[in-house]
Amino acid sequence: MNDFLRDSTRRHFFEKCGVGLGSIALTDMMVREGQAAAGARASDPMAPRRSHHPARAKNVIYLFMAGGPSHLELFEDKPRLREFHGQLPPESLVEGKRFAFLKDGAKLLGSERKFETYGEARMQLSELFPHHRKIVDEVTWLRGMKTEVFNHGPAKLFMNTGFQVPGRPSIGSWVTYGIGSESRDLPGFVVLQSGPRGPRAGNALWSAGFLPSSYQGVPFRGTGDPILNLTNPEGISTERQREFVDVVGSLNRERLSVTRDPEISTRINAYEMAYRMQTSAPELMDLSSESQATLDLYGAEPGGNSYANNCLLARRLVERGVRFVQLYHTDWDHHGGPGQTLGKDLEKVAKEVDQASAALVLDLKQRGLLDDTIVIWGGEFGRTPMGETREGKIGGRDHHIDAFTMWAAGGGFRSGVTHGKTDDFGYEVVDERVHVHDLHATLLHLLGFDHEKLTFRFQGRDFRLTDVHGHVVQDVLT
Amino acid sequence: MARSLPVSFLILTLIGSVPRLVSAEEKVDFNREIRPILSDKCFQCHGPDDQTLKGDLRLDQRESALSGGAIVAGDVVASELIARITASDPDEVMPPPKVKKPVTQEEAELLRRWIEQGAEYAGHWAFEPVQSMAPPETSGTAKPGNEIDRFVLAALEEKGLALSPEADPETLARRLSLDLTGLLPPPGRVASFREQFAKNSDAAVDGLVDELLASPHYGERWGRHWLDQARYADSNGYTIDGERVMWPYRDWVIRAINEDMPFDRFTIEQIAGDLLPHPDKSQLIASGFHRNTLINQEGGTDDEQFRNEEVVDRVNTTGAVWLGLTLGCAQCHTHKFDPISQKEYFELFAFFNHGEDVNNTGPTVEVSEGELLLPPPDPGQLSRWEATKKAVSELERNKAARQDKWEEGVLARARAEEETPVSVEWTRLRPLSVRAEAGSPLRTLDDQTILAGRGAPSETYRVSLPAPKDSIAAIRLQLLTHESLPKNGPGLASNGNIVLTRVEFYQGGKRIAVARAEHDHAQPGFSAAFTIDENPDTGWAINIGKGTRPGVRMNADHEARYVLAKPIQAGGAPLEVVLRHEKNSHYNVGRFALESSPRAPRPVLEEELLTKLAIPKKDRSNDDKKFLAGRFAEEDAELRQAKASEQSARKALGYGAPVKTMVMRDRKEPRDTYVHVRGDFLRHDEEIGKLSPGVPAVLPGLLPMKEGKEARDRLDLAHWLVRGDHPLTPRVTVNRAWMRFFGRGIVETENDFGTQGSYPTHPALLDWLARSFVDDGWSMKKLHKRIVTSATYRQRSVSRPELAESDPLNLLLGRQSRIRVEAGIVRDAALSASGLLHPKIGGPGVMPPQPDGVYAFTQRKVNWVAATDENRFRRALYIKFFRSAPYPLLTTFDSPDFQSVCTSRVRSNTPLQSLMLANDEAMFELARGLGVRLMHEVKGTDSTANRDRIRRAFQLCYSREPGDSELEMVAGFQEAQQRSFAEDETGSKAVAPNSYPGEFDLAAAASWTAVARALMNTDEFITRE
Repeated sequence: MNDFLRDSTRRHFFEKCGVGLGSIALTDMMVREGQAAAGARASDPMAPRRSHHPARAKNVIYLFMAGGPSHLELFEDKPRLREFHGQLPPESLVEGKRFAFLKDGAKLLGSERKFETYGEARMQLSELFPHHRKIVDEVTWLRGMKTEVFNHGPAKLFMNTGFQVPGRPSIGSWVTYGIGSESRDLPGFVVLQSGPRGPRAGNALWSAGFLPSSYQGVPFRGTGDPILNLTNPEGISTERQREFVDVVGSLNRERLSVTRDPEISTRINAYEMAYRMQTSAPELMDLSSESQATLDLYGAEPGGNSYANNCLLARRLVERGVRFVQLYHTDWDHHGGPGQTLGKDLEKVAKEVDQASAALVLDLKQRGLLDDTIVIWGGEFGRTPMGETREGKIGGRDHHIDAFTMWAAGGGFRSGVTHGKTDDFGYEVVDERVHVHDLHATLLHLLGFDHEKLTFRFQGRDFRLTDVHGHVVQDVLT
Repeated sequence: MARSLPVSFLILTLIGSVPRLVSAEEKVDFNREIRPILSDKCFQCHGPDDQTLKGDLRLDQRESALSGGAIVAGDVVASELIARITASDPDEVMPPPKVKKPVTQEEAELLRRWIEQGAEYAGHWAFEPVQSMAPPETSGTAKPGNEIDRFVLAALEEKGLALSPEADPETLARRLSLDLTGLLPPPGRVASFREQFAKNSDAAVDGLVDELLASPHYGERWGRHWLDQARYADSNGYTIDGERVMWPYRDWVIRAINEDMPFDRFTIEQIAGDLLPHPDKSQLIASGFHRNTLINQEGGTDDEQFRNEEVVDRVNTTGAVWLGLTLGCAQCHTHKFDPISQKEYFELFAFFNHGEDVNNTGPTVEVSEGELLLPPPDPGQLSRWEATKKAVSELERNKAARQDKWEEGVLARARAEEETPVSVEWTRLRPLSVRAEAGSPLRTLDDQTILAGRGAPSETYRVSLPAPKDSIAAIRLQLLTHESLPKNGPGLASNGNIVLTRVEFYQGGKRIAVARAEHDHAQPGFSAAFTIDENPDTGWAINIGKGTRPGVRMNADHEARYVLAKPIQAGGAPLEVVLRHEKNSHYNVGRFALESSPRAPRPVLEEELLTKLAIPKKDRSNDDKKFLAGRFAEEDAELRQAKASEQSARKALGYGAPVKTMVMRDRKEPRDTYVHVRGDFLRHDEEIGKLSPGVPAVLPGLLPMKEGKEARDRLDLAHWLVRGDHPLTPRVTVNRAWMRFFGRGIVETENDFGTQGSYPTHPALLDWLARSFVDDGWSMKKLHKRIVTSATYRQRSVSRPELAESDPLNLLLGRQSRIRVEAGIVRDAALSASGLLHPKIGGPGVMPPQPDGVYAFTQRKVNWVAATDENRFRRALYIKFFRSAPYPLLTTFDSPDFQSVCTSRVRSNTPLQSLMLANDEAMFELARGLGVRLMHEVKGTDSTANRDRIRRAFQLCYSREPGDSELEMVAGFQEAQQRSFAEDETGSKAVAPNSYPGEFDLAAAASWTAVARALMNTDEFITRE
């Protein structure tokens, strides 16, 4: 395209868009929020909404440990469990409970891991998590977590959407729906993944459900194009792509002048952002600009896909204004079968995440980002105090919904405290229990939203992340 | 309008169900003005749910509201309600501050006036019978097209407004074509329509509409809308998300809609087709509607839990689709706003609680592709097919007995062989000539063996042999190794394997019958017997596999012996042997020889077979049994032939391979149904006790039960849904049709006709449409025709300044709306513009190209092999839909993932959509297709021709001519692109189509792809104007 034409289309763009954007803003105001389920017609779905109260945090990095890490091997030293190793659990404990795989007669399994108590938090950490000692006084240790469902897919959905069947918006979608995103050339909600396979339940975990699809999580891949179709078709150079975007924009503006439909302005903006994304996403993924010290802190290596790289990418995303970053690391499902033992298999996955998880907190802190960034670490459930027998050997534990551990740091969470206490076997929470719905309510609270008021009208009902439950856990907030 | 206007004012004037600023004497309408306030602000605690009822006061019932003095009819001052909603004391004011729903001043004023006027209640409008409405008289000068327009005009005229002018014929043709078929109109049809339109616009529209309604693509377009509601997908959902066969149900929907099956029957067959007296196959398939629920195949699941989820989904879906009600709320507690109790919810649940399926595939029926969609077959052909099917199933049924007999025969032959060994002497036959039909190199070596080289992927060898010198009872085909072959052969496959599909023998051009074929070794499932079964899909291969005897190798000499049915005598005509390779690519034989013997060899029984047969039946392991069954299957010529005749009889009918599709069937023993306390399926409410199937009391009752029937079942429910006087089904159905044509329903909350839903913008029109729909025998086509021939539908969609002021959301329909087409139609439009569309209707799902990495995040990776045949260019409706990882184009453009019912789709507008349209391989391929189409359809390469080509592109993409500035814009772009491509041969090659007319150079060809791509990326391309 010649310079004259390009200049004139650019000029045209700004002239028309001035009008366009104004009229869109008006439309946006006119459409009652939530009522617009049949078509969010706002020109910029990522424009921040007004919060219900001042926000403490503006970003979330959620480190999802898919499969269900064993709190009894990592965070909870239970000498009584060791003492009663090999015995049947008390009837009162298991009566009326349902498990995914455990049969009647499963016996208690004491952990073989060595624990010590660290920091002012007086937090127990096992030998599997040496790097976590460095952040023991930076985070809130939630040792009294409780969930509702014991199969992986439904439990992951529950942890992400507050509901166990697919179809509801994920927490990342709710957050971006609520607070929008600062980034103008990256999506507001990004998903990164590592481990041998994808997490169970797949796309439904970062789905926008019935919210407009602008709010759904965009999976970035560790190798190749980080986003589907980010690369131009073969033979279309960057320059040709620019010319293409320009001529499409000019045609769109012609149409806008005839129809006066603000939706066309939105489409013009979308093409411009897509074009910027084509540059910004690969730049984001390129870790070679990070210092060696930073790479060493995380244990990251440029090129390739790993949990460590993803933790570093999460920081880079937050720096670029992305609101919600969710990492999935799979293979925490230690039932005891081949590849699933509490021995070397657990050691392997623990080593994969220990250093980088801690590094992320430390790095955010030293860069001053931890104040308004929440980091959460945890799986969809914990594991049973009873051992599971697979292939004749007791080498693992089944899924457990009544007690497990997570941690949270930054963005208004207290540092160096433990919250929650379980019984002698780590079976039930006996004090300071935090239900998944409570965690959701607390996260929204820190982001400036009343979880009872952040709603969306769908099929005649106002839906919320916490359904009809949830309490903000004030005790863990600064 | 300025930004400084208070937002509350804007909202009040723009939302359909809100109070208008009217004079005090005007009568307040309870349903439109009062109920929404009470429902939103009060019913939560003073509504139908007695669990949460406060102060024993119900405001949804007049008696309760008046008995306690909350409302004193005609006396505002005495009415406690008014005192409380206007109180300033936080302990007094209602609703309580913690509910965060204060009553506004305008609302309080309305309530005051309503009480003054007598506080009259009315039943919720949607639960009241459909009224017979006469279209109003209109005063204006505007000419209404049909009755619809009189309703719309009357409302507009009240505001001093009028309809917009009729859209130009090009826009209309494209609008009608997209709305009714989802495809772009061919430019030729647009041109003829324009001519007809100039003469008589009504007749022209009528003609085009009839044509589109009769198109088979109408069933695809409207089938897709229905399939959204049916939550149809090709996989089970959840984590494992295994593939399922439900496409016959999809085809049933397409057929029913194309046949204009009356909506009442359409309903009955889908809700209860299996319960009809003597249901035919298509009615059983129709009952698959409620088999589209998810199945959780994850290990360790509680099937009963997920069965309950399925039943819940069936209840909620039925409620959403037919009743437009959000029954889901009543699963856990009595509905807060609508008069539906939790008990009534579980009475509906009781209709669906008896399915045989328990979180599994459950009952199925066998169906072949084409059975549903092809015209009724020739009865003779059909009965022949039935007979062959019967023969196959007969043989399948007595397989065990036949295997026993075969085993005895094998053992007997083995004994005989041991007793009287036969010596066979083979004589090598000298080829007269050898020929490979597709021209692969083939030559005879000195030792009379024949050596082939790599050439055509599927080759046929023809070897001419002299007239026999001696009699021939058997012919031996030797496969021989050779150093020139991959891994020494004997085959040409990269591992040395072969797949020889057919071997034929001729004498003087006449076929020689073969009695049996045997091999020295065969790959499991690839016996030499398959070379004489006339089936090109089966053959002999020699790789080693499970059950191969130790020591046997693939890359060694092997042989197959063909025992002739009748020995050939010496002399006579010359012989010919034909070797066909029709299955795998490049699995041709590498080196071979032919030998003959005057005596037939006795069958050689493999050692392993005999060893296994020697094991007494009861001691055989599963592996042994599998091996023997496998061997028998190879030898089972009877069954193979029966299957071959079944196949050819089926092919004669045009039918595809049979599949088993899921259908509904109830258990003989019904399950007990209870209220689930708080929706928890493990907690039955024993106090209320066992429930019988029933329908909510607020709606008309079930029809009388048929005589002799013992209990209510789904068939009763189905008949109830389509009672002629049902207040909801016809309204909900016509409203959804309206929504597809205007972008919004007459009731905006098309999925909530309850008290929380919005009030119709045109209540009388809604009832008139509903009534005519039922009176017309529930004909969808008549309904659609009535709507699309109205002047209201035919208006222009451009926004009018005076409307933007007084009706910015276009609730009064003073113009049409621009609507971005649904996800699938984005693809379908590109397919039709490019001319590449393969218009086949129905059949199994297809796999067009999708970007790499779709499965980077999924638990399960689908083996997605992009089609290279015409299935690459089928409509989006046929793309295999995996719930855990759907085709990216679809979800990017807001396709639901079909986890649950979807009655209306969201329309978003995102940068990811831009990336998809601009860069996706499948889309780029279609742009290339349009580019090449332009070069074929418009000849010449000078600038006039270029402009003609651009005009053509506009016609193909937008059904219109470009404006002058558009034309120059695109022409400038094309020229610049051509110049840029001229300096970049590699880039040009990548962008240009594979072949294009010779008058264009490479850079020009690439530039037309670029033009096509740009035109297919505009807002207009994916918008129905």
